[in-house]
Amino acid sequence: MGNGTKLLELRHIYQNYTSGARMFTAVQDVNLTVQEGEFVALVGPSGCGKSTLLRILTGLQRPSEGQVLYRGQPLNGVNPYATIVFQTFALFPWLTVFENVELALKARNLPPALRMTRAMDLIDRVGLDGFENAYPRELSGGMRQKVGFARAMAVEPELLCLDEPFSALDVLSAETLRNELLELWTSGKIPTKAILMVSHNIEEAVQLADRIVVMDKDPGRIIADLKIDLPYPRLRHAEDFREKVDQLYALLAGQTRPEIEELGSEPGQFGFTRRLPDVSIPTLAGLLEHLAEKPNYEADIYRLPEELSLDSDTVLALTETAELLGFATIAKGDIRLTPLGETFAEASILARKEIFATRIRRLPLVRWLMNMLQRAEKHSLKWDIVQMALELEFPPDEAEKQLDTLIHWGRYAELFAYDDGSEQIFLEAATEKVA
Amino acid sequence: MGLLQNVLPPKERLQRLMTWGDVVILLLIATLLYLGVQLAFRSPAEIQGPQISLSPGALPWYTLLSLGRMMAAYALSLTFTLIYGRAAAYNRRAEALLMPLLDVLQSVPILSFLPVVLLSLSAILPQKIAVELASIVLIFTSQVWNMTFGWYQSLTTIPKELREASAIFRLNNWLRFKRLELPFGMIGLLWNSMMSWAGGWFFVMAAEMFTIGERDFRLPGLGAYLREASIEGNLTAIAWGLFALIVTIVLLDQLIWRPLLAWANRFKLEMVESDEPPTSWFYNLVHRSALMNILRQTFGRLSDRLDSWVISRFPAQAEEEKTRRKIDWGMLALYTLLGLGIVYGGARAFHLLVSVSLAEWGEIALGVLATLVRVLVALTLALAWTIPIGVAIGTNRRVAAVLQPVVQVIASIPATAIFPVFLLLVIHLVGGLNVAAVFLMLMGTQWYLLFNIIAGASAIPQDLKYTTALLGLKGWARWRTLILPALFPYLITGAITASGGAWNASIVAEYVEFGKQTLTTTGIGALISRSTAAGNYPLLLAATLTMVVTVVLINRLIWRRLYRIAEDKYRME
Repeated sequence: MGNGTKLLELRHIYQNYTSGARMFTAVQDVNLTVQEGEFVALVGPSGCGKSTLLRILTGLQRPSEGQVLYRGQPLNGVNPYATIVFQTFALFPWLTVFENVELALKARNLPPALRMTRAMDLIDRVGLDGFENAYPRELSGGMRQKVGFARAMAVEPELLCLDEPFSALDVLSAETLRNELLELWTSGKIPTKAILMVSHNIEEAVQLADRIVVMDKDPGRIIADLKIDLPYPRLRHAEDFREKVDQLYALLAGQTRPEIEELGSEPGQFGFTRRLPDVSIPTLAGLLEHLAEKPNYEADIYRLPEELSLDSDTVLALTETAELLGFATIAKGDIRLTPLGETFAEASILARKEIFATRIRRLPLVRWLMNMLQRAEKHSLKWDIVQMALELEFPPDEAEKQLDTLIHWGRYAELFAYDDGSEQIFLEAATEKVA
Repeated sequence: MGLLQNVLPPKERLQRLMTWGDVVILLLIATLLYLGVQLAFRSPAEIQGPQISLSPGALPWYTLLSLGRMMAAYALSLTFTLIYGRAAAYNRRAEALLMPLLDVLQSVPILSFLPVVLLSLSAILPQKIAVELASIVLIFTSQVWNMTFGWYQSLTTIPKELREASAIFRLNNWLRFKRLELPFGMIGLLWNSMMSWAGGWFFVMAAEMFTIGERDFRLPGLGAYLREASIEGNLTAIAWGLFALIVTIVLLDQLIWRPLLAWANRFKLEMVESDEPPTSWFYNLVHRSALMNILRQTFGRLSDRLDSWVISRFPAQAEEEKTRRKIDWGMLALYTLLGLGIVYGGARAFHLLVSVSLAEWGEIALGVLATLVRVLVALTLALAWTIPIGVAIGTNRRVAAVLQPVVQVIASIPATAIFPVFLLLVIHLVGGLNVAAVFLMLMGTQWYLLFNIIAGASAIPQDLKYTTALLGLKGWARWRTLILPALFPYLITGAITASGGAWNASIVAEYVEFGKQTLTTTGIGALISRSTAAGNYPLLLAATLTMVVTVVLINRLIWRRLYRIAEDKYRME
């Protein structure tokens, strides 16, 4: 728990970037204070800017607006008191375990003898003794991340930043490593003053952190800041643990709103164009079938990741899609199938395609693309042209992703087709006649 | 081998056909050529070259001299590469100029610069030094571009998280270079160095002996030895010369490149162990020796001292500060001066171009066409034999084990070394120089294709081969559905390098001074050589610029498109 000394302070942070004539906001007006003794987790859906925020607060990236203060001083360049444990480990593959850890010390120009003892000590402490001379490629994912932790802690940082450190690991190694981290942290064996962890795994955040900052996307911003004052060790099946997780899912999954708000507007028109979640149709069908087997066609969203063996990010994207297409409604962290969703879950392959087609025809993005194709010569358009039009609404890489999803959904619904060779998108013949 | 990404710049840069950068660069080339020509007028009218002894006893010494030139040029290339690549990779504004510059520079026919460089240097320097310097500069220009491209590419593809880790752990520039950039780029740098050495041998043979009218520039060396031998028709001496050359190349390969490759395998980025790491007997021998151990320890301690000195002297600075101080008046003044110089030189060069008559322009156009036909014939011939042989080697391990080393030795003999010998044989046949020119182009280019095809064929996944067999596809159907599509990206990569090399070779191939007689044929290369010999500099300038523009246009109009298709459609992931 915080002891009242402010370590890090973010004041009115904005991260904007321009693409052509448009400006996009990745992070909007973020204010955040981290105190000594705190373990803060930053959670939110993908694309909410939590990783960007981590880069800003360590000084790797300069915000467009706003101030980063460390111990009251404005930060200029990389924060020398902070280190990062990276999601992809970021180990130098050509250096051994020992050399990787030592490099961080060498950069600070410590004498060789001290480097040796300190590096060996940390390698011991994370349980990698005997592997000093191994190269990262000889190690399992979990062991590699231990090297990542040893390296980050070797320089005795005050602020230890973790960028989704467990998400590239298998379930068991992740759990072991989480417990080991918690032990190091709670026992006070490391000089670290505060930990800040970016995570997309909500259970993990509740298990480790004593404060959870929740972010949402479009634009990236903080929507909630929760204290978690459960005693360690926290048991995942305990009632109070469940409650917290449920509460967080409810925050992130939101509430089903009236249709007009839920759908948003067409690109180029006034209002907000709703992004399509990046979801594959078979997985969505899987979710609906799963819900159809539940009593009352209803489920707690926080239970779904475990039941479906998916990560919480994917589950949230799926529930969002089901909601967007009117297959389900969401309220207070629960999801419930609509009659339409039930029909879909029980329908044959062809019938599913038909239901899906009628549902996505209501989406402004789909309508917009179909209208464009309708008006185009031979009812077909080049990929690049459509993407350029979308770039008026989205940043370029997001526009590409949106178009990818659009085409994937449209192909499934047999509304439009795409030829990769000529890069042409065109209306399906059947659709043309109907239209 | 087939480092697909090394040959061409990354995709975003492929968009436009000609940019302003290109115009500036063409002007720059014209300016340089113009200045060289101005100097060339002042060079002495008569120059006597040294005598080249044909006794085999002189060969070791000649070989060492040629080798020394190669090493000097390589050292220059390496220095240039490290600096230029870094400047282009880390400074957006520099990148916008430096990368197109590199792209055009590598299409410049190096040999057409030799006379200008030679003459201008001999006007201002003592003749011996001038000739040495000219040859080193020439070899340098044949080695440097692909190395620089490769290094730039490595720097720009270093994974973001490794960069971030270096920043967050406060590695200063020196440690970053030593621990991140150099290891990351090492394998690419090595392969490119090997390619550069092969290219260098090609030019060292041509650069050691050059006569322009009464001026006889000669350097004692292997290239001059071989040329002298073939002029005199001394077959024994030719055999000795070739023998010395092959021994040198094989020794370099076994004692330097193979060991370095074996050593560099540790820098592979892959997080899995590879099945067939490159091996070297010499590396194993040295690696295990006691002497090496002592050396390594001493060197380790020294380098540690050096590191800590550099780190305390130049600590990691906040990136911010560097990017902040942007407006630099000194640089601005320099750019302005450079710009003015280019405009002036461009204008003078243009003046020179105006004096080229319409008839001569017609000749240039005809020459480009004739050379184009020759390049196409050479490419077609090369494809015709490299595809079947390459696929045979690439898909059959047993054949590969026997043929690969043989092919490597043959391929390492620079075509320019055998060319005079070959001329001796075909000169009296029908077609004469026409046939010989195509042959030289073929010799210079086929290996790129062959190596790429071998790489492509050996990369065809086993499961696809099984599927094709199960579907009962045989003969042409098998080639059409499996082999050719799988080879396509490799073919294109090989063909791009090959066609560039063929254009360049045309200058030596289409115009030959052979004993007392001069042989020539229609072609842009012949035109360049002829105008040099006659001292017709306006024509030289016009022909050289035309060739540069032609090669650049062909690259952008044809090869890049094909390359893009290969990347998008036929790449096996």
